[in-house]
Amino acid sequence: MNNPGPRLVEVRKNVLKQNDLVARTLRARFFDRGIFVVSLVSSPGTGKTSFLESALRLLRSRFRVAALVGDLATDNDAARLARSGAPVKQITTGTLCHLEAAMVESSLEGWNTGVLDFLFIENVGNLVCPSSYDLGESLRVVLLSVTEGEDKPLKYPTIFNGADLAVITKMDLAAAVEFDEGAALKNIHAVRPGMQIFKVSAKTGAGMDQFLDFVVQQRPRASGSGGLAATH
Amino acid sequence: MHELSIAMSIVEMAEEEARQRNARVSAVHLKLGALSGIVKEALLSSYGIACDGTSLEGSRLVIEEVPVEVYCEACAVQRRLAPLSWFVCPECGAATPTIVRGKELEVTALEIQ
Repeated sequence: MNNPGPRLVEVRKNVLKQNDLVARTLRARFFDRGIFVVSLVSSPGTGKTSFLESALRLLRSRFRVAALVGDLATDNDAARLARSGAPVKQITTGTLCHLEAAMVESSLEGWNTGVLDFLFIENVGNLVCPSSYDLGESLRVVLLSVTEGEDKPLKYPTIFNGADLAVITKMDLAAAVEFDEGAALKNIHAVRPGMQIFKVSAKTGAGMDQFLDFVVQQRPRASGSGGLAATH
Repeated sequence: MHELSIAMSIVEMAEEEARQRNARVSAVHLKLGALSGIVKEALLSSYGIACDGTSLEGSRLVIEEVPVEVYCEACAVQRRLAPLSWFVCPECGAATPTIVRGKELEVTALEIQ
């Protein structure tokens, strides 16, 4: 029989394979060098940059830290973070709504941060798109501010489910906006049972130590060279 | 909206397969998990744009949606979650953090001629 019709061939390929490969390579590189990588995801306006600025300041007395920050168009965040004194590099994504592993990889090229213990990656403010992309981080933190509404986790379950821990920010405003803490915790646990949750105020500093102590404890005692730039 | 870049990756992948087989792709079959972070409708409309000017122009994207399945330790069985947002066993109510299926974003097959 001569049948010119289409035939079905099995392929089985992960569409994000390329990103996952780059992310895996990055993760191995970070691990070898003893750098613990923490990424931050949230909606715009949650206070990622204030939170990160505070974290960098507090960690800098004890550790060598740096930050990569994704932003659509401006370098305002990088400028703010640089005030902490830590090395900061901007990834301008243009119209892209999320960071990808290859962007992290290329921004590390030739970036002379010296030896590092911690690298923070601030993703673009977006609760949808970043969830699909592994960046090679060891810990993914999702942030939720008290001003956003307690039901955010239920509206964006994918990003909350894919994160390793949650941070509730702007706790200093909780009373003013009648934040229902019980509901927020319940909703986070609904989409990610058992998830560790920290409550902080970057403004007053409340809760920052608990969060940072936890992050420091997560870092394996690996003693790599700590340098970031690829060795070609 | 990252569906366009996802669609472009799918088209690239299919073109590569077509080149290797010296064939033309008339349809791409894709498994799309409810937890993949991709919106089906947006992906379908992006797919047409991504195909423009490539050998896949005019091809179809056939999406099989994969619901979230979790493992309930209390019942010791896999359960399908109806609403995406509640990770508890629909039978016994126990928390079910272990995801078995639902994160798929996978090209499973090509229709070629």
